Amino acid sequence: MRFLTDRKRAEGLGAGGTGTHHHWQMMVTSILLVVLVPAFVITFGLGLGGTYEEVLAYYSRPLPAIITGLTLVVVVIHLMRETQVAVEDYVHGIAGKLTLIAVQAFSYTLIAAGLFALVKLAL
Amino acid sequence: MVEFALPKNSRITTGKTWPKPEGATNVRKFQIYRWNPDDGKNPQVDTYFLDMDKCGPMVLDALIKIKTEVDPTLTFRRSCREGICGSCAMNIGGINTLACIYGLDEVKGDVKIYPLPHMPVVKDLIPDLTHFYAQHASIMPWLETKTNRPAKEWKQSIEDRKKLDGLYECVMCASCSTACPSYWWNGDRYLGPAALLHAYRWIIDSRDEATGERLDELEDPFKLYRCHTIMNCAKTCPKGLNPAKAISHIKQMMVERTV
Repeated sequence: MRFLTDRKRAEGLGAGGTGTHHHWQMMVTSILLVVLVPAFVITFGLGLGGTYEEVLAYYSRPLPAIITGLTLVVVVIHLMRETQVAVEDYVHGIAGKLTLIAVQAFSYTLIAAGLFALVKLAL
Repeated sequence: MVEFALPKNSRITTGKTWPKPEGATNVRKFQIYRWNPDDGKNPQVDTYFLDMDKCGPMVLDALIKIKTEVDPTLTFRRSCREGICGSCAMNIGGINTLACIYGLDEVKGDVKIYPLPHMPVVKDLIPDLTHFYAQHASIMPWLETKTNRPAKEWKQSIEDRKKLDGLYECVMCASCSTACPSYWWNGDRYLGPAALLHAYRWIIDSRDEATGERLDELEDPFKLYRCHTIMNCAKTCPKGLNPAKAISHIKQMMVERTV
């Protein structure tokens, strides 16, 4: 039993002072993806069906490689932030914080692995 | 962690079926949630039958008739019976609304009446709105000024006054907040659509001088940004207001002052 007033329960620890940055980043990445996703689908589609050497040559060109790299980074960051919101919604307490760490670790690993593979193809 | 099943002592059982009115030809069935904190039993759904030829047109009319003529223990809040006080908010046929302005003809089939969802129940159809009201109080729902009080009044142009339309009409019935999944999962920290609509009503008021402080108080991942624009609030509001739009305006102002 804690003898807290209703107002104290409602106020909690006060405002965290963050949130708008996350909201703005989601808007920015959403707008970027409107351009990047169709560009990626087109460039990726054009590279399909070739031999190994032809695909290597295709991805050594700047446009497909840069579009693929940008799409990979922006998509994963966008999904990471969206997943963060879902975790904050549904998983509370220490389990939530550990899940948030795992989500970030997995996302940055995915970006690193993807960029490594792309660099190997492109260079 | 979110719970997807009701705790054992909240699971609803089948309750008492009350007799049909004698000699009635136009009978309608009502299934109403009942819970008494004093008897130690689980909640139950009681079944009532009313002669619709002798009943008013609104759901509240039916509830009052049941309480007056069938079962005086049925408990619910009501006052103005015209959609102004917000007391009789409840879940009718799956929709959070005001019983006094919701017509029985708007409900298809049996009339199922439950208290507002995801709130602690005081008794029968009465939810505990203590936290909801405290959240409303936390957004400072009054005019904050720093300039010395004018001799006559705080003036406002007609255009600025018009900005309050669609906001000031809110009667704090809690239909919107209790229809919001974000409020269900994080109601302890998320202010919910009703409190945020009121927050915007004071943020946008041309006479208020605490706009920055008000926005500072909302700059929080939970207080404001748990709104995912699900729009249940706008869909269910019995007064036809759009809290989601007000929340999106607050977010726009947040971005405006940051970026």
